[in-house]
Amino acid sequence: MISPYVFWPIAVLIVVFAIGVVHFKNIVHSALMLILTFVGVAVVFILLEAEFLAFVQILVYAGAISILIVFAVMLTRRIDMNESNPFNKLRWISLIFCLGFFGLIVRIVLTSRISYEKLAVQDTMGAIADGLFGNYMIPFEVAAILLLIAIAGAIILTKGVKD
Amino acid sequence: MENISKGLVYFLYVVAFVLLNIMYLIYLERKFSAFLQQRPGPNRVGPRGLMQTLVDVVKLFSKEDIIPEKADRWVFRLASLLVMVPALLVYVVLPFGKNMVIADLNLGLFYFLAVASLSSVFVLMAGWGSRNKFSLLGGMRVVAQVISYEIPMIFSLLGIVMLSGSLKMTEIVSAQSKVWFVFLQPVAFVIYFIAATAELNRGPFDLPEGEQEIIAGPFTEYSGIRYIMFYMAEYTHMIAVSALATTLFLGGPSGPVLPSWLWFILKTYFMILLFMLVRWTFPRIRLDHMMNFNWKYLIPISLANILLTGIGIQIFQLMKG
Repeated sequence: MISPYVFWPIAVLIVVFAIGVVHFKNIVHSALMLILTFVGVAVVFILLEAEFLAFVQILVYAGAISILIVFAVMLTRRIDMNESNPFNKLRWISLIFCLGFFGLIVRIVLTSRISYEKLAVQDTMGAIADGLFGNYMIPFEVAAILLLIAIAGAIILTKGVKD
Repeated sequence: MENISKGLVYFLYVVAFVLLNIMYLIYLERKFSAFLQQRPGPNRVGPRGLMQTLVDVVKLFSKEDIIPEKADRWVFRLASLLVMVPALLVYVVLPFGKNMVIADLNLGLFYFLAVASLSSVFVLMAGWGSRNKFSLLGGMRVVAQVISYEIPMIFSLLGIVMLSGSLKMTEIVSAQSKVWFVFLQPVAFVIYFIAATAELNRGPFDLPEGEQEIIAGPFTEYSGIRYIMFYMAEYTHMIAVSALATTLFLGGPSGPVLPSWLWFILKTYFMILLFMLVRWTFPRIRLDHMMNFNWKYLIPISLANILLTGIGIQIFQLMKG
């Protein structure tokens, strides 16, 4: 069971880091804040005893931030890095969208019947593997093919097709 | 409270182990390279030059801590402070001997890989934060190399996981009570060794620090104690990777007569000497060759290894009935 004295400080930290991602003017600083956000989420997963998800969170998301930074540095055309994460004037519209999305999540959480106490999964990774290679085999494979097509499409879009 | 004090004690153990080993690993590396190149190596300070590293550390400590004016100060500082964090965190799951593992996680091997993957971020932070062309190039090279060699490394370890049926380090060790996995998975061992050399940025994969091209890569602007931190992180990582190879391929801390922790250290040092031998024997590989070798050879071979391992396990089970 998560103690609220542990959860709330971490939750507040995650939100602060996430705000940092949006508000830093330098795109590399934003990306570094994103690492902290992901590590924070991984800590929450560990507190929920979902170790596998926590390590995936670190391996796939936090570890891959370095690639994100490399792309950010390579694709930024501005000479001054301090202006590389520009803002636009659509603050109010984005606020409405964010609030709508937040309301949606709150509704899902409040109406959900899945509770943390009822789940007594010992082998978290085995359960996920059973799902991915058992019941949800076809959706899993379809998603994999979709991603492959997306990667191939991205390469063709950037490099062009040779005649 | 008890957990915290226990954690602190373990932390001190790991730090003491790592620091002591690094002190003499640097000496070992210099002596070993000297032996391979037929020269005496460090031999002035202390008997047989044994105090050389200590003197070097004192020298580096007394140097001025220079932060370049145009550098991104916070990123530059934090990179040198944080680079040791993932390097030390991976020691949590290594079994140093019988019942000598700090936390025997169910997903031990996965934890090791996940935490180790974070280390490239800090090197890139160092390269980017220095605001120096050579540093940035070095940082980019680190990312390109580490990210791409991570794939065959993880694939090669999958064969081990299939054979032992577990990601728990102690179970992988006990699965090798009859045969070491290096004999069952020789291809995986070779792939792991090559990929680990690349992950460590050691020769022949030391392009990120290629002195002749980009000075010292991401560490060009660092001096004094901050430079020590990167240097130590590199060696800490090398001990961890060698210890992982010992655990997964060489039967871990098992062995006759001698105590288990001594076997573990002996095997780990065997792996470390292997890394050193490779470093001082092969010339540096070119950037495009490095990429070609990974994507066109290592990854297909490691995938074939997984397939063959699966077929082998099936045949073995059929024969057993």
